[in-house]
Amino acid sequence: MIHRECGVLKTSYAADMALYPVPLARWTVGAIAAAAFGVFPLLAGDYLLSIANLAAIAVVGAIGLNILTGYTGQISLGHGAFMSVGAYTAAILATRAGLPVWVCLPAGGAMAALVGMIVGSPSLRIKGLYLAIATLAGQFVIEWTINHVTWISGGVQASIYVPRPALGGLLIQSQREMYYFIMTVAALGVVAALNLFRTRAGRAFIAIRDHDVAAEIIGIHIFRYKLLAFAISSFYAGVTGVLYTYYLGIANYEQFTIVTSIDFLAMIIIGGLGSILGSIFGAVFLTLLPIVLRYVVEGIGGLFFTIPDVLNLITNVQLILFGALIVFFLVVEPEGLNKLWRNIKDYFRVWPFAY
Amino acid sequence: MALLWIEDVVKDFGGVRALDGVSLEVRERELLAVIGPNGAGKTTLLNGISGVYHPHRGRITLGGLDITHFPPHRVARLGVARTFQNIALFKGMTVLDNLMLGRHVRMRSGIFPSIAYWGLAQREEVRHRERVEEIIDFLKIQDIRKRVVGALPYGLQKRVELGRALALEPRLLLLDEPMTGMNQEEKEDMARFVLDVSEEWGVTVVLIEHDMGVVMDISDRVAVLDQGRKIAEGSPGEVRSDPAVIEAYLGAGKRRA
Ligand SMILES: Nc1ncnc2c1ncn2[C@@H]1O[C@H](COP(=O)(O)OP(=O)(O)OP(=O)(O)O)[C@@H](O)[C@H]1O
Ligand SMILES: [Mg+2]
Repeated sequence: MIHRECGVLKTSYAADMALYPVPLARWTVGAIAAAAFGVFPLLAGDYLLSIANLAAIAVVGAIGLNILTGYTGQISLGHGAFMSVGAYTAAILATRAGLPVWVCLPAGGAMAALVGMIVGSPSLRIKGLYLAIATLAGQFVIEWTINHVTWISGGVQASIYVPRPALGGLLIQSQREMYYFIMTVAALGVVAALNLFRTRAGRAFIAIRDHDVAAEIIGIHIFRYKLLAFAISSFYAGVTGVLYTYYLGIANYEQFTIVTSIDFLAMIIIGGLGSILGSIFGAVFLTLLPIVLRYVVEGIGGLFFTIPDVLNLITNVQLILFGALIVFFLVVEPEGLNKLWRNIKDYFRVWPFAY
Repeated sequence: MALLWIEDVVKDFGGVRALDGVSLEVRERELLAVIGPNGAGKTTLLNGISGVYHPHRGRITLGGLDITHFPPHRVARLGVARTFQNIALFKGMTVLDNLMLGRHVRMRSGIFPSIAYWGLAQREEVRHRERVEEIIDFLKIQDIRKRVVGALPYGLQKRVELGRALALEPRLLLLDEPMTGMNQEEKEDMARFVLDVSEEWGVTVVLIEHDMGVVMDISDRVAVLDQGRKIAEGSPGEVRSDPAVIEAYLGAGKRRA
């Protein structure tokens, strides 16, 4: 390793501390961004775009949960509910106050952050299983509140229809327009998280996860940072809820039950705890899984079973596979898909040479 | 002038009285060694100073400020850094990140500049990285700066932990057996670092150490604890020939045997 490349110059440390210090990695990232924003939306049809949209929304939520659980070591079973807080906040502001999307989106995030901090406040005293149960209670209380307070839920079936969002007179309507909108938000979410974990606050989160006594001894105010982690994480969850709402055109609490909370936990476990790239892998993977599974089971099952049986089979196979994947990644590869990806990368870095 | 003032401190753990009315004065810029047999209460004393435990009785004053009931993060902000008897590093992080974390209280950036990584936050990161690099050079750990701490050998981990404590730019440095488990060469290096920090950087040091050779060599004064009480205090020479100290060490040997 060559260190102190050009003496103790500011520029050299700044360069060393860049997100992608290696030019090749910078180009790769640039190429992926160009493909995602330039090429893909022009070539893909509505169906592919709709899948991409759902995956990109899930990416935001998965990064948010990973900030709290993967990086700070605090579990949450309430993220589904935090999403619903964002969803209903945006829906109410959009329909009753007529506010535009660029207000509703951060407002939904902020409200979720506030609620997340309240639900997360027991983390001062409790961790692990007990915190899981406390946040689970938060999930149910929020669900119940939204469902039963008609002022929030809008009364009929606890659903609020929202109009299509518009940005500066530009209506976001088609799958392609949605894609640009959602991908921009998701990209901002990715960059913000990457920056967070190379600066003071993000390091403090990881320190709390690794060794909380040592973290406090070096001057980290544990409770403040745990709350901060809950706030940031729930902000992401809130934004995720807002995106779902605008994308589907409706805010509905049934979209954000405990199952949603668990889905997102599965994403970060399968993708890789404590990794931004892992969050992306996990979100995309779990968005695609049911779709691919559907094709496979329909194709094979159709040969042996009747159509209602096949539909039944799909739901069950999905649940089994889902559980099996979580167990596999928890036990065999705790670092998730991200680790598998790193292995592949390491293999190709030296390829075709042995050394 | 005393930097740290410990007055009549008592700490119980269930039935065990770990500290039994200990009073001790740590003078500005001195290197004070605290010795004593196993279970004497040395670590408990450091825990009391750094706020991990709070004494049942007595008072701890740092630079005129009563810190008896301060939580650890507030004590740290006053410029108190420490290392642990059984290493408490952030094992999954690199040496650099551990040291940057050591500078937590010296940095300011909040969350919003952080996530934007704009001007202020970036300049701050780079500026503090420079300070951290100075410590890396001082401790001669340049070639492991990007290694993950958990994978390093024990002796190096001890050194990195000292580095993290130094990164705080402490006024008062508390070291809990920094040389335990090291070979002779590593011990000598570590003793050299501690002496330099004390003499050249002017940091006040409280050193817990079992190796009498090192203690007698580098400390200005020595305090001896036994069963939660301070039984002697003075220059290394005075303490070494103190009959109560000899008795405590022999007695502790007998008690264990
Ligand atoms: N957290 C705790 N809970 C219960 N008892 C404790 C605790 N910490 C320390 N003790 C007890 O207090 C006494 C003093 O312990 P302490 O760790 O301060 O000793 P020490 O002088 O550091 O010993 P050593 O040289 O072995 O590190 C011991 O009897 C120990 O068992
Ligand atoms: Mg001890």
